[in-house]
Amino acid sequence: MQQAGKTEYRGGLHQRQKELMLRWYDRLDVSASTGRPPTVSMMISGNPVELLEGFGALPIYPEINALQLAIRHESLEPILAAEEMGYASENCAYVKADIGAWMKGITPTGGRLPVPTLALCNFVGCNTYLKWYEHIAALMNAPLYTIDVPFMREDRPSKDDVTYVVRQLMEFVKKFEALTGIKFDYDRFKEAVRHSNRAEDLWSQIKHLARKSPSPFDAYFDAITLMGPLYVYRGTEDGVDFFEMALAEMQEKVDSGEGVYDTERFRVVIEGPPPYPFFRTFRDMFAKWKATAVASTYSTVGGLWEFGFRHDAREPFEAVALHMIEHNVTNRNYLQRYDQIERYIEDWRADGLIIHFVKSCRLFSAGQGDMRDYFTRKLGIPTLYIESDLEDPRYFSEAQLRNRIDAYFESLDHHKSQAVVGDRSREQVTGDR
Amino acid sequence: MRFAAGVDVGSTQSKAVVVEESRGIIGRALVDTGANVTRAAENAFHLACRQSGISPHDVGYVVGTGYGRYKITFGNTQMTEISCHARGAHYVFPNTRTVIDMGGQDSKAISVGADGEVLDFVMNDKCAAGTGRFLSNAADVMGIGLDEVGPISLQGTRPVKIATVCTVFVESDILSYLSMGKKPEDILRGVHLAIAKRTISLARRVDIEPEITMTGGVARNSGMVCALEEVLGAHLQVSPDAHFMGAIGAALFALDKMDQSFESAVWRTSLCDTLQE
Repeated sequence: MQQAGKTEYRGGLHQRQKELMLRWYDRLDVSASTGRPPTVSMMISGNPVELLEGFGALPIYPEINALQLAIRHESLEPILAAEEMGYASENCAYVKADIGAWMKGITPTGGRLPVPTLALCNFVGCNTYLKWYEHIAALMNAPLYTIDVPFMREDRPSKDDVTYVVRQLMEFVKKFEALTGIKFDYDRFKEAVRHSNRAEDLWSQIKHLARKSPSPFDAYFDAITLMGPLYVYRGTEDGVDFFEMALAEMQEKVDSGEGVYDTERFRVVIEGPPPYPFFRTFRDMFAKWKATAVASTYSTVGGLWEFGFRHDAREPFEAVALHMIEHNVTNRNYLQRYDQIERYIEDWRADGLIIHFVKSCRLFSAGQGDMRDYFTRKLGIPTLYIESDLEDPRYFSEAQLRNRIDAYFESLDHHKSQAVVGDRSREQVTGDR
Repeated sequence: MRFAAGVDVGSTQSKAVVVEESRGIIGRALVDTGANVTRAAENAFHLACRQSGISPHDVGYVVGTGYGRYKITFGNTQMTEISCHARGAHYVFPNTRTVIDMGGQDSKAISVGADGEVLDFVMNDKCAAGTGRFLSNAADVMGIGLDEVGPISLQGTRPVKIATVCTVFVESDILSYLSMGKKPEDILRGVHLAIAKRTISLARRVDIEPEITMTGGVARNSGMVCALEEVLGAHLQVSPDAHFMGAIGAALFALDKMDQSFESAVWRTSLCDTLQE
C-alpha cells in the first residue's frame, strides 16, 4: 500500500486566515446585539462586497455559514430540522442547513448572527437562490432586494446588460441609505475597489504559482482556505495584507522547490465543490496518490481573476457589475467553463480532470455528465466523475469514492509509466543512432 | 517455482486465484464473504492454495482487490477491482476492449486498452439497481433459487415491463404481476431485460467497442447474458472463470510486483557483488 503523504500545508497564512474569519464572526455577533455595523446577507457568486464598504457594512454569507457547519460535522442537525419544517430531501442542503441553523439558533462559532439589515439576492442564475432569499427574508423578517444579473448567454455581456446591473446597484445604494440612515461614501467605495484590484492581482499571482512543478499548494483544498478572506475582506487593507503574506509564503515555497508532497506524482484539475462534511477524508484520498490539484473551478465561484479581470476604480460601479455578470464561474455558460478547464489543463500542465458532482447544487452540477464525455471522448483527457454532496453527510459513500479515485490513479499511473517507458525507448533509439 | 495470488473480496462472495510464474492458473476458490471479511479472504486464499497443492507460505506475493481489499491482512498490496477485472478479462480474452462487470452490488463498464490497461470506466452510483442484488431480491420474492432465475427467464416469451429499477420497489412490481396471473418466466424475463437496459445505458458512457467480455458473478446467469446481448445487439464473451476475473487480474498484478521486487533484489545483489569486487 502506498503511504499517504502529509495532507496539508500549515503556514502563517492559515493562522492569519483563522484570525480574520473569527474577527468577522465576532463583529457579526456585536452587530446582532447593537445593530452596528449594518449587515447585508448575500451570496458568494460574484459578490459585490466593495459596495458594502461604502456603508461600512458587513457581509453575511449563508453559504460560508453552511460550509463551516459541514466542515465541523455539524450540518446534519440543521438539515434534519429544515426537513421537519417541510423542506424536501431533494432541496439544496446548503439552504436546509442555513434555514435549519437559523431556526435552531446554531452558528458556526457559537456567537450570534444578526438579522440582516438587508437580504440581498445578488445572484439569480440558480432559481434556488431566489427562493432561498425569499425564505431568509420571511423567516428573519428582513427586507429583500433582488438584483437580476443577466446570465452569460454569449461570450461577452452587452453594454445594456452592464447598464442594467449598474442601475440596480445604484438602486440598492439608495435603498440601503434609506434603511440605515447612512450616506453612501463614494470615495470609500472607490478605495475598496482599489483594494480589491490589488487583492485580486495577488490572488491571481498565487494561482499562477500552481503552474510550477511542484505546485507550492493545492489549488482546490488549500485554495478554500484563501477563499474566506477573498470574499469577506477583498475590498479592505486587511485583505490586501493577507494576500501579500500568502503570496510571499507561496513564493518562498516555490523558491525552495517545496511542493504539497515530498514528490508530486500527479497534477489534476478539479471541477465542483468539495464534500465539506468529509473534507479531510476526501483530501486524504488524493494525498494517498500524492496528487495535487493545480487548478479548480470551485475557487472561481466568487470571482475569476487568473485570466486577467480586475476591478477598475475608474468606473467602480461598472467594475462591480462586470464582476457579477462575467467574471465568476457560476454566471458563465458551459462552453466558457469548458474553455476555462481546458486552459487549466494545458497551461497548468495537468494529467487529468476530476469532476465532483454535488447533489445539492443542480446549477453547478447539471451538464457534468456531458462535460465528462467532452473531456474524455473529444479531448482524450483522463476524466473521473464522482458523486456526493457538499453539505449533506448522508450522500457520501466513502468506499465507493475511494474505489473510483484509486482506480483512476491506477490507470493514470499506468499511462505515466508507459509514457516513461516510451521516452526511454526513444532515448535508446536516439542513443543507438 | 514461484507463485503469486489474487484475492477478490466482494460484497457477496470472496474469490482467490493462485498463478505460477509462467502465468498459468493452478488453483481457485470461492467462499461467501459474510460478516467477517478478513476471515473470508483467508479462507478463500487457503482453499485456493490447497487446490493448487501448495502451502500459503509458497506464495511470494498477494494482491487484494474488491471492496474488502484493505481487510486482507496477509496481502502485500491492494488494487481496485476495476484495474483487476480489466487485466483478468484481457488475460482470458486478449482482444477484450470493453468489460461489463456485474457483481453483487456493483455494475460497471470498463474501456480496456491493448495491454489490458484501464482507459475509462463508469459504475453505478448510490443505487444497487442493475446489480446482482436486484436479481436476488426478485428471486426471493418469487421463491425461486438464484441459480434458477436465469434459465427460467429464457423460457419467457412475453416479458412484462418492469417500470422501476429500484432494487426495493421491484418486489411490489413483481407481486403485482403475480397477482395479475403473469407467468413467472415472463416476469423474470422482464426483470432481466430491465437490468440489462439499465446496465447498457450506463455502459454507453464509455465507448463500447468489441470484443466485449462479461465478468462478475452475474455472468454465470445465462438469462442475464442473453438479455444483455439482446439489448446491446452484440455478442458477449463469457468465460467459465468470469466470476474469478478480478482475482485473476489481481494474481497477475501480484506476479508483476513479485517480478519487480525480484529484479530489484537481483539488481541489489549484483550491485553488492560489484561493490564487493
